[in-house]
Amino acid sequence: MKEIMLGNHAVARGAYEAGVKVASAYPGTPSTEIMEYMATLPCPHVEWAPNEKVAAETAIGSSIAGGRAICAMKHVGLNVAADPLFTAAYTGVNAGLLICVADDPGMHSSQNEQDSRNYARAAKVIMLEPSDSNECYIYAKNAFSLSEKFDLPVILRLSTRVSHSQSLVETGEREEFSKPYEKNPGKYVMMPAMAKRRHPELENILTEVKNYAQDCEFNKIEYHDKKIGIITSGITYQYAKEALGDKASYLKLGMVYPLPEKLISEFSKNVDTLYVAEELDDFFEEYIKSLGIKVIGKEAFTKIGEYSADLIRKVILKEEQKGTAPDEALPARPPVMCAGCPHRGTFYALKSLGLTVCGDIGCYTLGTLEPLASVDSCVCMGASIGLAHGMDKAIENSSKKTVAVLGDSTFIHSGITGLINVVYNKGNTTVIILDNSITGMTGHQDNPLTGKTIKGEPTKQVNLVMLCKAIGVENVRIADPFNIEQFKKVVSEEIEKDEPSVIIAQRPCALLKSVKYEGKMTVTDKCIGCKMCLKIGCPAIHFKDGHALIDKTQCNGCGFCQQICKLKALGKEEA
Amino acid sequence: MNTSIMIVGVGGQGTLLASRILGNTAIRCGYDVKVSEVHGMSQRGGSVVTYVRFGDEKVASPIIGEASADIIMAFEQLEAYRSIDYLKKNGRLLVNAQQIDPMPVIIGKAKYPENILSKIEEKGINIISVDALSLARSAGSEKAVNVVLIGLLAKNTDIEKGIWEEVIKETVPPKFLDINLKAFNLGYSI
Ligand SMILES: Cc1ncc(C[n+]2csc(CCOP(=O)(O)OP(=O)(O)O)c2C)c(N)n1
Repeated sequence: MKEIMLGNHAVARGAYEAGVKVASAYPGTPSTEIMEYMATLPCPHVEWAPNEKVAAETAIGSSIAGGRAICAMKHVGLNVAADPLFTAAYTGVNAGLLICVADDPGMHSSQNEQDSRNYARAAKVIMLEPSDSNECYIYAKNAFSLSEKFDLPVILRLSTRVSHSQSLVETGEREEFSKPYEKNPGKYVMMPAMAKRRHPELENILTEVKNYAQDCEFNKIEYHDKKIGIITSGITYQYAKEALGDKASYLKLGMVYPLPEKLISEFSKNVDTLYVAEELDDFFEEYIKSLGIKVIGKEAFTKIGEYSADLIRKVILKEEQKGTAPDEALPARPPVMCAGCPHRGTFYALKSLGLTVCGDIGCYTLGTLEPLASVDSCVCMGASIGLAHGMDKAIENSSKKTVAVLGDSTFIHSGITGLINVVYNKGNTTVIILDNSITGMTGHQDNPLTGKTIKGEPTKQVNLVMLCKAIGVENVRIADPFNIEQFKKVVSEEIEKDEPSVIIAQRPCALLKSVKYEGKMTVTDKCIGCKMCLKIGCPAIHFKDGHALIDKTQCNGCGFCQQICKLKALGKEEA
Repeated sequence: MNTSIMIVGVGGQGTLLASRILGNTAIRCGYDVKVSEVHGMSQRGGSVVTYVRFGDEKVASPIIGEASADIIMAFEQLEAYRSIDYLKKNGRLLVNAQQIDPMPVIIGKAKYPENILSKIEEKGINIISVDALSLARSAGSEKAVNVVLIGLLAKNTDIEKGIWEEVIKETVPPKFLDINLKAFNLGYSI
């Protein structure tokens, strides 16, 4: 059947049809919809893992047991899953193993724009890269037999524009697949003696894959006008086609590691001027140049951000189209915490206490922006606790002025070990866990703290208080970030202690269906236009003609602003 | 020739649903289609841009380049203004006259530009503006702004009205169908 599908949905569909038994992921834009969609299909087991490392390990386990398996993550998630990945290349697979990783050139929703292709080379595994939804489907479906054929994990590299674009897909039917499990410590126990035997085998396998790459189904040459030749892959292939159509010939690499030496040199000989168009690193370019082939790459393009048909047209054809631009500089529209967001209370409190805030990754990273502007650092998921602990140890008494702030999902992902470290190494850090009952930033996924699985089935719920106490934190308190004075008091008390503390800031995400605030706020005639209420950065409170003004399309009646207005000029209109 | 339609707005306004309705309508007409969506960070009240490209020829890039959009459908005035350099010469700008202050304006660090619509018109751009919020309210829900605009868009394409309505029937939850069909028709009759 032909249907229009999101790239990520097509990946899940392909893997499902290949008979996948186990599917595990940790959410992360732009990869999240792979597992969300898989959960809507009758795949035997689909789950949210607490982090990418666990997701990858779960998939490896299924593969060894004989069930085809898929895991999915965003590019930085592969950093977390890198440890199992590198050794899974040594163990190889039993049933096929597919690791999906979605890069984010242009950093639409990420903290860096690392290029995952480097992982394929470093870990010595196969990497495929589709350029539209139909290829997402086909590559994902065929990746499993490829993985089995070469006894190697396969990475499917996606990028934002492939993951989040919809195009037509011709889908098929699921075929069940399973292989028997056989105990084989020589293959699956990677201790030095075994690993020493597996490494040369891995190098031999890679040479075989390299030969296979010369004429495999994934790599294609399209000859048109031979004056210009372009080596490219993924979404950049689509941009090149858009820009140049039949004015150029293409070597489209669907297998981006290992690279097909002979195919590249054959193509280079048949075109007059050779370009390599690849977003981010000069991954193909370095290899092509190492073959002694002359090619134009990053000196004409860029390592930064996304490519486009416009860029390719400009570089290769020297053509540029310009539209009519506004004559004035326009105000930016950065993302903001939603109206009713519980994080607003936390950051308002931290700002008014003047604390140094080691932040983390989630909706609450928005606490960095004006007017709350209270976050001092954000590196990677879970880092807040380590950073605050490091600061505490570097500067005497800094724990009395510093807090670590991270979300509930982030704490489970990789905050727990940081907290154990604080306790173990006699730190005094105060950690604030923002428990909004959901994984917010990536669009409301359940996690081990919500008591529900990816399919919405009830399951055991991690008890945060007991968990922190079991680690050895004596001071664990729950506080409501919308009770601003009480919340500030709790924070002030805890940072003073010469012991680690955990404050659980508890209030659900305002976008959850279960959250219902009644009515909408109104501005009464007591308003003198002091602008205090604008300091909370609520998108529903504007300022017009000397007074506060409520944007009723945005206000959800949470009432937090009433605590800020000293004149009690904010009232509530009943629903 | 393929058609390129750009949808711009503020995260949370329902641009994603609009692009999906448009994409599905184009498929129904037997066209090749690509829809590029935005998920993640910018959905939290930031500027959002989605692209829909369709036609008889195979669509390569899901993204629309500068001066290449046949139609821009803007959910908000400032976002309309921000996008005009993507409009083709003789392209059409359909804009919801709603204004939403971005945070830098709310906190007084920047000013919301004045008279945006007339400034755009002065540039010789073909613009149709509509108070989609009021129309959506009269259809029964503020949330139907996106479907009012789809109605206006439908009027500005060659695709038959019935096809749009069929797709809306399939896309929106049954209990909101009446409101949405009403909203669509209000947009269509502008
Ligand atoms: C290693 C890694 N995996 C995934 C992500 C994507 N990501 C960013 S924030 C986030 C979830 C945050 O959820 P939570 O901590 O509960 O905070 P909330 O957004 O709900 O406030 C995820 C999964 C990431 N940035 N890095």
